[in-house]
Amino acid sequence: MKLEILNALNAERAARRAVVVVTDVASGEQRLVKAADAAKDPLGELLEKRLRMAKSGMEETAQGKVFLTVHVPSPQLVIIGAVHISQVLGPIAKLLDYDVTIVDPRTAFASAERFPDVKVVAEWPDVALPPLNVDHYTAFVAVTHDPKIDDPALIHALERDCYYIGALGSRKTHGRRLERLKAAGVREDQLSRIHAPIGLNIGAVSPAEIAVSIMAEITQRLRQKVDKAEAA
Amino acid sequence: MLSRDEDILKAAEDWRKAGRGVALATVVETWGSAPRPVGSNLVIDGEGNFLGSVSGGCVEGAVVTEAIDVIDSGKPKMLEFGVADETAWNVGLSCGGTIRVYVEKVG
Repeated sequence: MKLEILNALNAERAARRAVVVVTDVASGEQRLVKAADAAKDPLGELLEKRLRMAKSGMEETAQGKVFLTVHVPSPQLVIIGAVHISQVLGPIAKLLDYDVTIVDPRTAFASAERFPDVKVVAEWPDVALPPLNVDHYTAFVAVTHDPKIDDPALIHALERDCYYIGALGSRKTHGRRLERLKAAGVREDQLSRIHAPIGLNIGAVSPAEIAVSIMAEITQRLRQKVDKAEAA
Repeated sequence: MLSRDEDILKAAEDWRKAGRGVALATVVETWGSAPRPVGSNLVIDGEGNFLGSVSGGCVEGAVVTEAIDVIDSGKPKMLEFGVADETAWNVGLSCGGTIRVYVEKVG
């Protein structure tokens, strides 16, 4: 791999933009295709399919055998609410190689003492979220129980097409949340994207167990095909 | 934790810029039960230091040896490991799968 290609690849990754490296296996020839340029590439359709699946692999083309290395941004987790669950969820997600940020405007909660190893932003979502580049490779969790904080954050997550969006609260609480979001102009099909009650149903009781169930659901959403995850 | 692909690729870039000979190994095909998915990377320098993985530790030693050759020659190599391989007793995959690893020089 030429150093310029590696250089460009690392720059795109740092900016959280997807890329594909196309390697001609016979000749060793290589090129880098940015996701934004994939459509106009000779292998456009193939590249776009691979980018959607986030899956590297060998392909037979008219020009011979090529290997497509698909690089999508590493998943990040944004947690709204510096609560007890987050004290466990943050470190678990870090162990799973997520970039983790916790957002909570309540400074008593969002303190460095309570979160020694996780990035915490003590601001309201409208200030904290835009710099985080919330995107399709982001899992988004709202656990404050406070509509003033959770609702605008969830709207942001829906607009940015996060691959996982979860919100804490019973069915009743979530029902009221859906009413509010609908009144705020969120479409019905968007609302159904929010996982609530949050987490896989493993009978979690303690904050730590709830964190495990949330992380399991996030992982399922990342790794399983949508229909399979829906059936579970 | 220096285990993510982007950290591995960043290390490859940094090592090369520091003047070290560097090779990049990538899992390009797998059959049966393979320990690391297609696209997994191992970066190796001319002295045999490495970062990342292409298997659960079963064949890294052999890949590192081949990578040092690739750094010297500059020519990419396609390696295959599996139980059907004659070297299975030495460097095979205990899980029973087969993997193909593409090794190329960075530079």
